[in-house]
Amino acid sequence: MASAIFYILGFTALAATALCITRRNPVHAVVYLVNALFALALMFYQLGAPLVAAWEVIIYAGAVMVLFLFIIMMLELAPASAEMQGPGWRRWGPVLLLSLVILGCTLALLGIQADQDGVPAFWVSPRAFGAALFDQYALAVQVVSFQLLYAAVGAFYVGKGSLRRRTQGEETP
Amino acid sequence: MIVPMSHILAFSAALFVMGLACVLAQRNLIMILIGVEIMLNAVGLTLVGASALWQKVDGQIFVIFLMAMTSAEVSISLAMVVYLRRRKGTLEADAFDGMKG
Repeated sequence: MASAIFYILGFTALAATALCITRRNPVHAVVYLVNALFALALMFYQLGAPLVAAWEVIIYAGAVMVLFLFIIMMLELAPASAEMQGPGWRRWGPVLLLSLVILGCTLALLGIQADQDGVPAFWVSPRAFGAALFDQYALAVQVVSFQLLYAAVGAFYVGKGSLRRRTQGEETP
Repeated sequence: MIVPMSHILAFSAALFVMGLACVLAQRNLIMILIGVEIMLNAVGLTLVGASALWQKVDGQIFVIFLMAMTSAEVSISLAMVVYLRRRKGTLEADAFDGMKG
C-alpha cells in the first residue's frame, strides 16, 4: 500500500513536471511546479524525512515559488489573453486532477501505519535531525549562513545598480 | 525502504532530465530558472533516498544545505533577471549573447 502510494506520487510528480516544462505561460509553469513540489514533499515524508518534507513545502512551494510569481507579475511576463482561448476545462482540468491525486495520497497516508510492511520504517525525528545538524555540521551551518548573507548583499547590489542606472538616465537623457 | 533504491534513482533521473531539457530548450530566462529548480529537486530526491537506504541522517542534512543554496541562487538570479529586463527590455536568452570588455 505504502509503495503503491509512492509510485502514484512519483508519476504525479513526473506528469506535473512534464506539464510544467512545456508551458509557454510562466504562471502556469509555476503552478504545475508547485504541484510537483507537493508530490515530492509527500515522497520525502514516505522516505522517513518529515522535516525535509515540511521544509520542501515551506521554503520551495511557499517562498521560492511565490518569489517567482512576484517577479513574473512585476515584469508582466504572462501573456495577456493569447493562451486563454478554448474551453475552460483545458485550463484548470490538469491542475485540478493533479491536486486531487495529491490530496487523496495525503489522506491515504494518514491512515497507514509507519511499519505496516513488516520493515521497521526509517524515521528521522526533528530532534535527531537538529542534533546532527548543529553538532556534526555546525561549521557547515555557519558557512551556509554566510552564503545567504552574500546572496542578500549581491541581490541588493544588483537591484540598486539597476535603480541607479535608471535614475541617472532620467536625469541626463 | 518501501521501494527499491533503483526506482527512486529512476524517478530522480527522469526529473533531472526533464529539468535539463527545460534549461536547454526554453528561451525565457524565468523558464530556465524553473528548470534549474527542477534539477535541484531531483538531486534532493536522490539524497533523501540515499539517506533512507543507509539509515543515516546525513543525506537529509545535505538536502537542507541544498535548499539554502537554492534560496541564495534564486534570490540573486531573480535580481539579475530584473536587472537584465530593465537593461534590454526582454527576457529571451538570445538577446544576451554579447560580452563587453
